[in-house]
Amino acid sequence: MTVAPILRVENFSKSFVLHEQGKVIPSSSGVNLKVYPGRLTALIGPTGAGKSTVLNGIYRTYLATGGRILYQSGAGEEIDLAQADDHQILALRKTEIGFVTQFLHFLPRQKTEDVVAQPLYQQGVDRHEARERARQTLSALNLPKRLWSISPATFSGGEKQRVNLARGLTAKPRLLLLDEPTASLDPATTQRVVEQIDKLKKENVAMLAIFHQMHLVEQLADEVVELIPPPAENGNGETS
Amino acid sequence: MTETNGYQFGFLDEYAKKEVRRSVLKAIALPGYQVPYSSREMPMGRGFGTGGLQLTLALIGAGEVLKVIDQGSDDSVNAVNLRTFVEMTCPDISTTTKTQEATLIQSRHRIPEKALTERQVLVLQVPYPDALTVVEASEDRRKAMHGEADYSRLLVKLYEDIVTFDEITISHRYPTRINGHYIIDPSPIPRFDVPKMHQSPALILLGAGREKKIYAVPPYTEAIPLAFEDVPFRVEDFSDAQGRRRPCQRCGCRLSYLDEFINSTTGDKVYQCSDVDWCNDQLEMAREQAA
Amino acid sequence: MKEGMKKILELDSFSKVYGRGCLRCFEETGPEQTNICPCCRSVVAAHDVSFSLYQGEILGIMGESGSGKSTVVKCLYSDGQPTAGVATFYDNGQHHSLFDLNKAQQRQLRNQRFGMVYQNPNLGLNFDISAGGNIAERLLMSGDNNYGRIRQRARDLLRRTEVLPERMDEKPKNFSGGMQQRVQIAKALATDPPLLFLDEVTTGLDLSVQAAILDLILEIQHELQTAMIVVTHDLGVIRLLADRTLVMKYGRVIEAGLTDQILEDPQHAYTQRLVASAL
Repeated sequence: MTVAPILRVENFSKSFVLHEQGKVIPSSSGVNLKVYPGRLTALIGPTGAGKSTVLNGIYRTYLATGGRILYQSGAGEEIDLAQADDHQILALRKTEIGFVTQFLHFLPRQKTEDVVAQPLYQQGVDRHEARERARQTLSALNLPKRLWSISPATFSGGEKQRVNLARGLTAKPRLLLLDEPTASLDPATTQRVVEQIDKLKKENVAMLAIFHQMHLVEQLADEVVELIPPPAENGNGETS
Repeated sequence: MTETNGYQFGFLDEYAKKEVRRSVLKAIALPGYQVPYSSREMPMGRGFGTGGLQLTLALIGAGEVLKVIDQGSDDSVNAVNLRTFVEMTCPDISTTTKTQEATLIQSRHRIPEKALTERQVLVLQVPYPDALTVVEASEDRRKAMHGEADYSRLLVKLYEDIVTFDEITISHRYPTRINGHYIIDPSPIPRFDVPKMHQSPALILLGAGREKKIYAVPPYTEAIPLAFEDVPFRVEDFSDAQGRRRPCQRCGCRLSYLDEFINSTTGDKVYQCSDVDWCNDQLEMAREQAA
Repeated sequence: MKEGMKKILELDSFSKVYGRGCLRCFEETGPEQTNICPCCRSVVAAHDVSFSLYQGEILGIMGESGSGKSTVVKCLYSDGQPTAGVATFYDNGQHHSLFDLNKAQQRQLRNQRFGMVYQNPNLGLNFDISAGGNIAERLLMSGDNNYGRIRQRARDLLRRTEVLPERMDEKPKNFSGGMQQRVQIAKALATDPPLLFLDEVTTGLDLSVQAAILDLILEIQHELQTAMIVVTHDLGVIRLLADRTLVMKYGRVIEAGLTDQILEDPQHAYTQRLVASAL
């Protein structure tokens, strides 16, 4: 393996300090991992091991308690995502780092194809081309064509999930974080997702993913990182 | 100093006249700017032209020829009273009804039809000096608006006028921008007279007695009525239903500002020159031509 | 960084004290105490507030009434004088020190480069003139003097904010609350300002009307890349609109960060309580 990693997480830890209850809840500790261009790293481990916490920490939805999250930007800089300025994080989210969660956030009243093409619009891709690419992904993920021109507001869970995935996949970020992207999909559609992820690998996208089905890990992961639940913090009441 | 009839010449004491003159100089130096002054009590009610009268009394001197008009007429009660007062307190001046003979003209409502000259001064009596009162109640804020030449709210008023009535309906006190900065209320002259202020050879002074302000349109100064690029300022056109310019029924003039009367016996509308001196001149000229 | 990272506004160490103030004002007030100085009874409405804002970004300022959130926006919009601080507005290669401008310069920026939408439409609109006239006022202030062009622009803006253009000659006092906000937004956008201030714009409206107004604001932000500062006590508004959020209490910023981080991983006890109570 001679390719340099695009992301190095070093000794990442995260605890939630709940001031009201006077509790500290450890969620992750001592996490080390690397993600490479064109490869997929899968996070595995039991419930409570802090898999989602790591993804949220990298995306900066959570503030890391300790450790470093070193990202090699497209401009060749090394950026510690745990420390970087908010504006820098926002810029990276716009152009380089994608996150497919289980929740779909979209502009109300926006057509599905525009929801999917939105990241491309923000990257400055021509509207026509962006919409075309969005349609290709929607089609590849088996979302019925009649849904493309209406808002996802009334979609079922599985349909929303596909829109969300389509958006993450179409954007083709340099680093894509996937949090149980197939959780509410049927086996046929799941297979389509697998194909799309393979395609992104060929296009050199680096991916860090959590799957709830082990067979997907076996099928897709180039690296596997196993997390264990952090030891419970003793001394409840230490909040600051 | 001449004392006559027991009065000081010009009724006002010399200090009061000097103060008015100083304010006049400032007003000329800042075209359109409302200069505050300590308007004196006059032996007549405020609102009857005391602002104009104080200007006249401060400026007039021996040998001057004064004309006083109200609504274009030298014979209306107010004009007669003012003229009599000046005659009484300024014994060495003379008065006239002829526009071209006057060196000083005090007027309410009209600028004479006959073009004024460099050797004449026109004094206008002003009830409301500030054009911004219709859009802003606070004087402090109005001052700031004048200082910054912020007149957009007057234009909004014109906009609303056009929206509501399809035309600008302001008939008198038409906001007019002087020398590219201050907008003045040109007193209750009709729209018809506003263009006469533009590049006028005569000095125009405006005095508001109750509001204690003096302002000026100096000779040969720009005076541009407020309007939109594509909805220009228009004067009253006095056209009949067929679009023809109505003539004065007395002298036949088709150029002057007309007053509308109802003939009390026939009930018909009758149109006649508002400027009586002008009307008389036209009749005279017609008679001479006929002779 | 890319061109999308153009800085629009920088606020540094802003303070606003109502009252004569004393040397102990700042140490005796704060998020754990109150905003009234116990020594001199002055109100420390805001102290040591700093942030920067980039083109096309929406910054949320969240807090309860008395937190100082509106004070910040008021002073930036020249509706108030700060006690201390520096605000720099970057515009077309020029920069303006907002707290050092004279009245005419303030007015010029307000009219042409900023937009303000108030909670109370009474403050943002003149109810005695038509909806179109309200928009015309802003255009006239910025020097457009063509009646036809002004009418057309007002009509386009009202159509964009989903007010029937047929109603442009009606007075806004006849409109519903939601419609009045739309007219306010149209007025604020009249001069294509790069910076828009929104002060509790949906407070007091029906939920469905609120949602429609928020949609409109987001769409406009996407279309025009207008930077916005959104002041609100409503977490839902923050969640939907803001990229980044400041949380204020008793005049101080107690927490600042990416909006999703503030909502998912709030650090301060007060923010945690706010977020928990909103769920």
